[in-house]
Amino acid sequence: MSVAARSLGAPLSRVEGGEKVRGEAVYAYEHQVEGVVYAVLVTAAIAKGTIRTVDAAAALASPGVLAVLTHENAPQLAERDGELGVLQSPRIAYRGQIVGIVVAETLETAQEAASLVHVEPDAEEHDVVLRADHPTLYKPDTVNPDFATDTEEGDVEGALTAAAVTLDETYTTPAEHNNPMEPHATIARWQDGDLTLWDSNQGAFAAAQAIAKRFGLEPSRVRVLSPHVGGGFGSKGTPRPHVVAAALAAKVVERPVKLAVTRRQMFTLTGYRTPTIQRIRLGADRDGHLTAIAHDVVEQTSTVEEFAEQTAVVTRMLYASPARRTTHRLARLDMPTPSWMRAPGETPGMFALESALDELAIALDLDPVELRVRNEPDVDPESGNPFSSRNLVACLREGAERFGWGRREPRREGRWLVGTGVAASTYPARRRPSTAHGRREEDGSVTIRIAAADIGTGARTVLTQIAADELGLPPGRVHVEIGDSGFGQAMLAGGSMGTASWGTAVVKACRELRAGRDEAHVDTADGAEAEEPLSKHGFGAQFVEARVHADTGEVRVPRMLGVFACGRILNPKTARSQFVGGMTMGLGMALLEETVVDQRLGGFVNRDLALYRVPVNADVGDIEAIWIEEDDPHVNPMGAKGIGEIGIVGAAAAVANAVHHATGVRVRDLPIRPDRLLGRLP
Amino acid sequence: MRPFRYERATDAASALAGIAAPGATFLGGGTNLVDLMRLGVETPAVLVDVTRLPFCEIEDTDAGGLRIGAGVRNSDLAADPRVRTRFPALAEALLAGASGQLRNRATTGGNLLQRTRCPYFQDVTAVCNKREPGSGCSAREGEHRNHAILGWSEQCVATHPSDMAVPLAAFDAVVHVTGPDGERALPVEGFHRLPGAEPQRDTVLAPDELVVAVELPPLPAAARSTYRKVRERASFEFALVSVAAGLDIADGCVRQVRVALGGVAHKPWRAHTAEAALHGVPATEQSFRAAADAELAQAQPLRDNAWKIDLARDVLVRTLVELAG
Amino acid sequence: MASPELVEIALLVNGEEHRLEVDTRASLLDVLRERLGLTGGKKGCDHGQCGACTILLDGRRANACLALAVAHDDCEIVTIEGLAHPLQDAFVERDAFQCGYCTPGQICSAVGMLLELELGWPSHATADVAAEPTLGHDEIRERMSGNICRCGAYPNIVAAIEDVAS
Repeated sequence: MSVAARSLGAPLSRVEGGEKVRGEAVYAYEHQVEGVVYAVLVTAAIAKGTIRTVDAAAALASPGVLAVLTHENAPQLAERDGELGVLQSPRIAYRGQIVGIVVAETLETAQEAASLVHVEPDAEEHDVVLRADHPTLYKPDTVNPDFATDTEEGDVEGALTAAAVTLDETYTTPAEHNNPMEPHATIARWQDGDLTLWDSNQGAFAAAQAIAKRFGLEPSRVRVLSPHVGGGFGSKGTPRPHVVAAALAAKVVERPVKLAVTRRQMFTLTGYRTPTIQRIRLGADRDGHLTAIAHDVVEQTSTVEEFAEQTAVVTRMLYASPARRTTHRLARLDMPTPSWMRAPGETPGMFALESALDELAIALDLDPVELRVRNEPDVDPESGNPFSSRNLVACLREGAERFGWGRREPRREGRWLVGTGVAASTYPARRRPSTAHGRREEDGSVTIRIAAADIGTGARTVLTQIAADELGLPPGRVHVEIGDSGFGQAMLAGGSMGTASWGTAVVKACRELRAGRDEAHVDTADGAEAEEPLSKHGFGAQFVEARVHADTGEVRVPRMLGVFACGRILNPKTARSQFVGGMTMGLGMALLEETVVDQRLGGFVNRDLALYRVPVNADVGDIEAIWIEEDDPHVNPMGAKGIGEIGIVGAAAAVANAVHHATGVRVRDLPIRPDRLLGRLP
Repeated sequence: MRPFRYERATDAASALAGIAAPGATFLGGGTNLVDLMRLGVETPAVLVDVTRLPFCEIEDTDAGGLRIGAGVRNSDLAADPRVRTRFPALAEALLAGASGQLRNRATTGGNLLQRTRCPYFQDVTAVCNKREPGSGCSAREGEHRNHAILGWSEQCVATHPSDMAVPLAAFDAVVHVTGPDGERALPVEGFHRLPGAEPQRDTVLAPDELVVAVELPPLPAAARSTYRKVRERASFEFALVSVAAGLDIADGCVRQVRVALGGVAHKPWRAHTAEAALHGVPATEQSFRAAADAELAQAQPLRDNAWKIDLARDVLVRTLVELAG
Repeated sequence: MASPELVEIALLVNGEEHRLEVDTRASLLDVLRERLGLTGGKKGCDHGQCGACTILLDGRRANACLALAVAHDDCEIVTIEGLAHPLQDAFVERDAFQCGYCTPGQICSAVGMLLELELGWPSHATADVAAEPTLGHDEIRERMSGNICRCGAYPNIVAAIEDVAS
């Protein structure tokens, strides 16, 4: 049931590439909408309390200001609670929450007027710091998106007691922010009760549905357009409060309103990865076979919504062990709600698990690659199902060979301590239903319409290739249109499910066209898809060479290699970019990124791109991604597993393991900063 | 940003006339001022643009040094062959700072006058004595891992972010300013202040004075100099700690030495104690270590930044060792 | 509340003069994007920290977000829309972008950077600051570090620049 290859498998350049390099690709804020005015957000300076008074007189008196919306005068939403319940209550739930919207003829006027809106709150004592012993820790019903919160098999305590070697360590990751290059932005226009949103999002249809619900509208009355999106990494998966704000403002002033979240505001309004505190306990026999794994996670959510990152879920399927326990506990803090950031769950979870495996290997005097090979399961340990395909071992072996792993000795080069590290990588391969539309044009070309999203993944291009091959046409004769909720339901770009979900729908649509129809409307939810009892995941291995300066603790990574087994690679050019992009984010996670929380301030301190450090060009040395082709007919007709997120998974652990190899210093708290190394270096 | 009037000065006289207006501030490259205005930290009513003043030359002085116009762009200064051969630490410091785009606009005068990047200073919703004297210092007990270890006060623990100013302080540079009361020559070392009880005052410059030029005297130690900047990111980041050092060695002994530290205090920290300890002694790691110990003995840690003291000490030693060759 | 200060200026953009009345507070970036319809240059941070707004001012790369429009009416401004450069094809060929938002800034910055190299300007990556710099991976990486790419297209950006520069 696989798709014959002609265009697929070829390194086709991105079909929208010309537009992007000429500056012609239009992003949300850039659409030319007649009569548009500017909105700027007013945000809370305290973390918890109630607004007593709002003085907007000075703002309203500013020439060119059209309106100041507050909880006192904002239109009522049909659904008033949660992060999207913008200006529906005087309650302040976190520092940075929207408490006002200023609308003006010019951006400069709106910005200045926003600073003149005076919000007087009754502040309450706030609680913003996550602790392992936080008094409000509770067990959520499920963890993102719908996994069981806790699992337990076998006798973990007994196995740990009896184990020849045990490990009991706690690993922490800080808050991290997605920080796509394009700030979230929306242009909202009401016309005869219909709402059009030019918006930056990862799923136009899902966004339209969510907004329609908020405003009590029939879904067909909301149209979301997002042809080009400047990155998301999870933060644009569901609409953020500013979308509601733009729509509210447009409703009040009865003109189209454009609103961009400032970079500072992105740190409180567009989601982030929760900090985690993870306790890992391992038990093993002398040959390195795991007899027990326990992974207990503490993380946070807000007081307005629950988000429980599935941090320990990866431990349920990665290694064989007769006894296993995973748990998640949440603290409700007076902070914004965490949400998806590239590979939620796997990313922080694998930092802890793969660091622990490395520590175990060292305790057993076993090669870390070999340790993982010894614990390779035959079937999914949790479900007992066979894997549809699993080549973790092949990735480890291939990577070890290419990286020169065998000759592995820490060394000194001048003032630099040099070492290498390895970690496993994995990400589920799933798909969801999507609809798609295909039409054969008069000139014989084909137009495909699907509310897919290309946030930099190359989805537009790969869907073109899928359609081209299915139709037997050169890719230039296929035109794929995406990013329009008017095209009907489609899965959002998330969970690495995009191409799998949309591609399946595109294949189905093309098959109908090939069968002689001129138009096809398909829905992959129609077909009864056999619930195959198979465990579907992509796998990989991350290899890192790190050098640590003996005097300063600066860490540099001159070499990174990722070897992945993710089914069939549909476009080697864009795939390599996705893998490398994920690995680069993992590098940032390991060494640079953290959003610091200040209890007295009541929130995040470093809210800009100077103090929140994402990797710059000079941070990235030789970084290579290769893959082992897999033939897996179970995942989807293309045989492809999602690859957008796996690159970040395991990367940070590989870096931490390399730093340990170089220096003998084990850093269990990210990021690996000089002050965590200084004083401990040989 | 509040509305402001924009004026373009054509000469020093028109610049000084312009600054006399209430709420007036000089505008150089704008890379710090516009940033601060957008943050709401600076709220001038009048901007007097001084980038068209004839202060854009780098001239050889009769004494054998250099006179750098206040309007010279950071990138031009760093690229000047005279700076690169006679004051390499200065070129290195400039090139280690900011980004190519920012260096193309930032001016010598503006670089000296740039303000701290303390996140609480930049956040008008946070408490800050520098912005509002007497209101408190959020960093004192807050996030201060990268704040001052030398010369701080209970009122302010911020650091000066400039790279360029560090070798200027080390090399006895002099800032020439002009004002309604005439011209002054201010040693760079004394140009920036320690916070003391008045953290709102970064420099000794009067609000109506204009930086005209920076003069570097000839200095044997400057010819063999370097700038080492320690930071988490490989580029485009402020220093954790930096060192500008110059050594003139004769017969294995230190004939002349200049050292200044960056990222450690409210001003570039001229390491006089270390210099005194190094005069005439053998140029060995042992001497360098003793000198560094002596200099950092006066360092005072905050709750979370004691590690910076060790870092400063080690980087200073290492830099001198590598310089001595 | 003070009224906006409005000034009539003429901006020379991509060889064309535009006469318009601007708020003194308006950045060159906002004037280009909101008034002149030149949305190629992007607003990533509005504080000079990301480089997505990079344009060429008198041939030199600069961040448009920190440049006040009123202060630059005597400059030659070149934006991505005014560039036809081999780098653009190289970027497509090398996949030196993903989401594309930082791309116009990367390209303008690279154009400016190549000129700086040609002029013999050293960088932080130049081993001996007094010597002539030579093109190489480390030099390009360092010189392009003022342009953040969250998608992580850095290696391909370097490759595209090398393709053109050599």
